Amino acid sequence: MSAKLERLCQKLKEVFGDRIGEPAISHGEVTVMVLAANYRDVAVTLRDHPELRFEQLIDLSGIDYSAAAGRAGGARFAAVCHLLSVSQNWRLRLRVFATDDASPMLPTMTGVWRGADWYEREAYDMYGIVFEGHPDLRRILTDYGFVGHPFRKDFPISGYVEMRYDPEQQRVVYQPVTIEPREVTPRIVREENYGKAGGRG
Amino acid sequence: MAEIKNYHLNFGPQHPAAHGVLRLVLELDGEVVVHADPHIGLLHRGTEKLAETRTWLQTLPYLDRLDYVSMMCNEHAYCLAVEKLLGVEVPIRAQYIRVMMDEITRILNHLLNIGTHALDIGAMTMVLYTFREREDLMDVYEAVSGARLHAAYYRPGGVYRDLPEQMPQYRANRFKNDATVKRLNAAREGSVLDFIEDFTNRFPACVAEYHTLLTENRIWKQRTVGVGVVSPEDALQLSFTGPMLRGSGVEWDVRKKQPYEVYDRMDFDIPVGTNGDCYDRYLVRMEEFLQSNRIIKQCVEWLRKNPGPVIIDDHKVAPPSREAMKGNMEELIHHFKLFTEGMHVPPGEVYAGIEHPKGEFGVWAVSDGANKPYRIKLRSPGFPHLAALNEMSKGHMIADVTAIIGTIDLVLGDTDR
Repeated sequence: MSAKLERLCQKLKEVFGDRIGEPAISHGEVTVMVLAANYRDVAVTLRDHPELRFEQLIDLSGIDYSAAAGRAGGARFAAVCHLLSVSQNWRLRLRVFATDDASPMLPTMTGVWRGADWYEREAYDMYGIVFEGHPDLRRILTDYGFVGHPFRKDFPISGYVEMRYDPEQQRVVYQPVTIEPREVTPRIVREENYGKAGGRG
Repeated sequence: MAEIKNYHLNFGPQHPAAHGVLRLVLELDGEVVVHADPHIGLLHRGTEKLAETRTWLQTLPYLDRLDYVSMMCNEHAYCLAVEKLLGVEVPIRAQYIRVMMDEITRILNHLLNIGTHALDIGAMTMVLYTFREREDLMDVYEAVSGARLHAAYYRPGGVYRDLPEQMPQYRANRFKNDATVKRLNAAREGSVLDFIEDFTNRFPACVAEYHTLLTENRIWKQRTVGVGVVSPEDALQLSFTGPMLRGSGVEWDVRKKQPYEVYDRMDFDIPVGTNGDCYDRYLVRMEEFLQSNRIIKQCVEWLRKNPGPVIIDDHKVAPPSREAMKGNMEELIHHFKLFTEGMHVPPGEVYAGIEHPKGEFGVWAVSDGANKPYRIKLRSPGFPHLAALNEMSKGHMIADVTAIIGTIDLVLGDTDR
């Protein structure tokens, strides 16, 4: 398995040179970083190059790195594609950071893989990443008229508004949330090797 | 002459053929669909966000509630992701149990799909037959995990407990007399494995019954042949996986091509369609019944001969046994820490994809070393399939839309997450 991954990394370096970051292998998976400017070109080549042939976009999702433990600077939002080659039987993870934290923007992949359509709508809905050139960038999972991007780390788990039926007005009304967010189990990051299977703790 | 305009039709969210809460806005030209715009998210619960606020173990039961007709497969992908991050090896017996339960789940899922698909397009009888077998398999779920639907049976590191020695039996009551109970209990005298084996022996005859009801049925063929045709190139472009991809003639199955657990030791075939229409996808699913049945048989045979542990013996990941916990201070501390603070997963990111009955179900887990996930992305198979609904239904009659929704094997819990 790892020989195959080495081969994939070698191939990626040959084909792209310095247009992509150094391919990294961990947990039996290859991850590649790419700049937003090269994103589209790299994606097209990944799809069409006869020795790479990533015909399928398995998944595309956003991520907000702002609260990660041990994070030192860098852009806040990224889109991560999981690609699959059915003919070559290998997978690749492609990560592209949106440089502007305030209004993250990335080129769309809908012209490369049509399946990207809804995935990008979801990433837009959840993280507010705007995909330039997307034919129909609407919200997809949240309510009609929803405000905010719920999967951002600064969005509270209980949200800002709640809905209830108001018997006086005889309709459903929105109001500020009445529940307090509470944390049952605090988030803890232990010293190195604490949680490793078999390690002493 | 009056000008004739296209008009819009709201389909759902409360529609019996919408498989839950799917809202479709259809633009129609007479009875022909010009554009279909699915509005999803009515069942969005923010599972991925919730996971960020729970420990790794607390997240597990949420996975059951995604695709609520193939529960254990969802758990499986999650457990694989966590195990990959932890770098632990699952005991071999647990791997066999997982494979067996996955295939039982696949049969459960396809039984529901074929039954309700036929129901959607007018064949009332089918669902009565498929639910008869579903009932037996639901009993297996209940026997191994205690719950018929939301099992929470797979755990990072193995499965919660070994298969029980005794299959639960019916008791006589107001609704079931002694004769009925005796008949129902005939297959339940032995262990769960005996019951499953008995099922695998009965099941091919049941599949033959389904074939006589549908496969050559003239109306069924009129409603499905040539409807929702997807070419292999389109299927790849549109991120199709599972039976939807195989129905279009692409031979791709994660179980075969990138085997996980003990699938590489199993002997089974991948059925592939040729035309990529609803009928071919139906045939693929029908054949998968028999292939799953074969895998279950092989697992049962192995499990009978090879007892052993079903969850790893590392108390940073899996709890100690109940007895040890009650009698030993160190085990008590382990138990307490595991269920209050939870396990710590080393920093990193993994993607674990499995062959879910509906397609590829994947979990992309990012950890920053805390006792909670940093980000969990659930790649549900139904999401890209539904996204392609517009392309599949364009130019078809409105009645074919239900046939296409049926063939997508849609469960909104899974699509909306």
